[in-house]
Amino acid sequence: MNLIKKGSWVQIEKIVLKVGERADNIPEETKNVPLKLFQKGYLQADAQIGEKVTIRTIIGRNIEGELIAENPKYSHDFGRPIPEFLSVAKEFRELAKYKEGN
Amino acid sequence: MRKKNKIMKMALGIDYEEFEEDGISFNYEKLMEKASYPLEKIRAIQSETKVGNTPLFELRNINKAVRALSSPGKGARIFLKDEAANASGSFKARRASVSVFHAQEKGYKGVVAATSGNYGAAVASQANMRNLKSIIVQEVFDSRGYGQPEILEKGRKCETYGAEVIQLTVGPELFYVFLKVLEETGYFNASLYTPFAIAGIETLGYEIAEQLQKSEGKYPDAVVITNAGGGNVTGTARGLIKAGSTNTKIIGTSVDLKGLHMASDRDFNRKSFTTGHTGFGVPFTTQPDRADVPRNAARTLRYIDRYVTISQGEVFYITEALSQLEGIERGPAGNISLAAAFSIAQEMREDEIIVVQETEYTGAGKHVTAQMTFAREENGIEVKKGNPEEQIPGKNIVIPESPALIKVKELDLNELRTSYIQKQVSGTEIDKLSERELKFLANETKSSVNFIKEVLLNLK
Repeated sequence: MNLIKKGSWVQIEKIVLKVGERADNIPEETKNVPLKLFQKGYLQADAQIGEKVTIRTIIGRNIEGELIAENPKYSHDFGRPIPEFLSVAKEFRELAKYKEGN
Repeated sequence: MRKKNKIMKMALGIDYEEFEEDGISFNYEKLMEKASYPLEKIRAIQSETKVGNTPLFELRNINKAVRALSSPGKGARIFLKDEAANASGSFKARRASVSVFHAQEKGYKGVVAATSGNYGAAVASQANMRNLKSIIVQEVFDSRGYGQPEILEKGRKCETYGAEVIQLTVGPELFYVFLKVLEETGYFNASLYTPFAIAGIETLGYEIAEQLQKSEGKYPDAVVITNAGGGNVTGTARGLIKAGSTNTKIIGTSVDLKGLHMASDRDFNRKSFTTGHTGFGVPFTTQPDRADVPRNAARTLRYIDRYVTISQGEVFYITEALSQLEGIERGPAGNISLAAAFSIAQEMREDEIIVVQETEYTGAGKHVTAQMTFAREENGIEVKKGNPEEQIPGKNIVIPESPALIKVKELDLNELRTSYIQKQVSGTEIDKLSERELKFLANETKSSVNFIKEVLLNLK
């Protein structure tokens, strides 16, 4: 496994509340899974994915957790064009034209 | 609980006890006056950090469709306040600006906000300009690890502004993480619900009144405002009143997400709107003090004259109309009030003006195409053209077949008022409520002492 170098920008994960520690007044499906936290920062010592590490956040706080990724990519995008929407302008303009024609 | 109050007091510098009166009542106006800044000062604060003076323009092509659908003599003109022009791309910059200024004045080193919305980016952006650090706590992922694309985008934006971003899976226990961060850092709590946050929005209502007076020679007949936690309605309405626009009808609107549970790991990604929906709007309206401060400065029922809902598909549809007919790409969450206004304008007279008081930036994750793709392909939501009447939140998204099918649905305000009163008096002896408490309830619900007495009689 690749060693990630000290000082790299990484992401960690930790469990804040285990199943059994969660609030009483929440739905079962939420109660049955742990509350997890994800955070990014500079790795404080060389480490491999899955190891317990310390990071220093962008504003300088030290946080501990399990190393899960090195500089993860922003994964959100624009999706696909939605064919149902291609005709919106036409639908509005036809209304106005019909009215003017009267 | 006591610890919570102690942390809050330290992180806000407001002693809410000072505004408590007998029993259930507190002095709202005194809280707004003493725990914030006057409007002129706020305008000066905001002008230092690229907030406010956003354009207000008429939606000429959309208004042609409104007229076409209206009966003779009907069809008000819609004007849009382009709040996306604020630093960080939404009206939330107004809300953040005063808190961050105050934090700087009082010598705090940083600010913390618990928000999955545009507010995080607004706080981070304002903090940059005031040379403060910022931490944003977000609810982002379901237990499968799927992040809501809109919230992922907001996380990216916060990171771009140099904020420390703490991302969590679904659950209201986010609040405890937030409290712990406040305690550990000693930073200022840039809550959405302080007098600072609400006073920051007053300039929005004030500008609308001023701009319309200047260009059209009149105040707006109605303003449509997206309602979630209540701040947008409260601040805008207060600003309109301060500008002298006292006869303007205040209409709140939310996306209908009936049936979806806000704390559900399963429902979390089955909704395409992360805010501005009934899942926040209705509970906050009937129980404003469920917020992260002892007394919420956002109090919808004090100002609202009407409350309507609209479906997800209708908002997406009008969002596309805004780009295809008006040439501006915004939202979609910021266009909830536009969808509602399109329907309401058809009931109004043609010489009237209805103002949609916000827009927001759009981008990867937020965009209609991103949300629809996520709903359809990752969460099994059926997307179809049809009549929005057939929508079932969490199961389908119905895109109107024609603009004629965009129609708001009424929420019964008296029912909401009754629910609010019920919650306020629960645990107290109804017969022993003082005149001041009755008057307080009347002010809180924009009703009368007689109405309150009638409701209380039925509660017994």
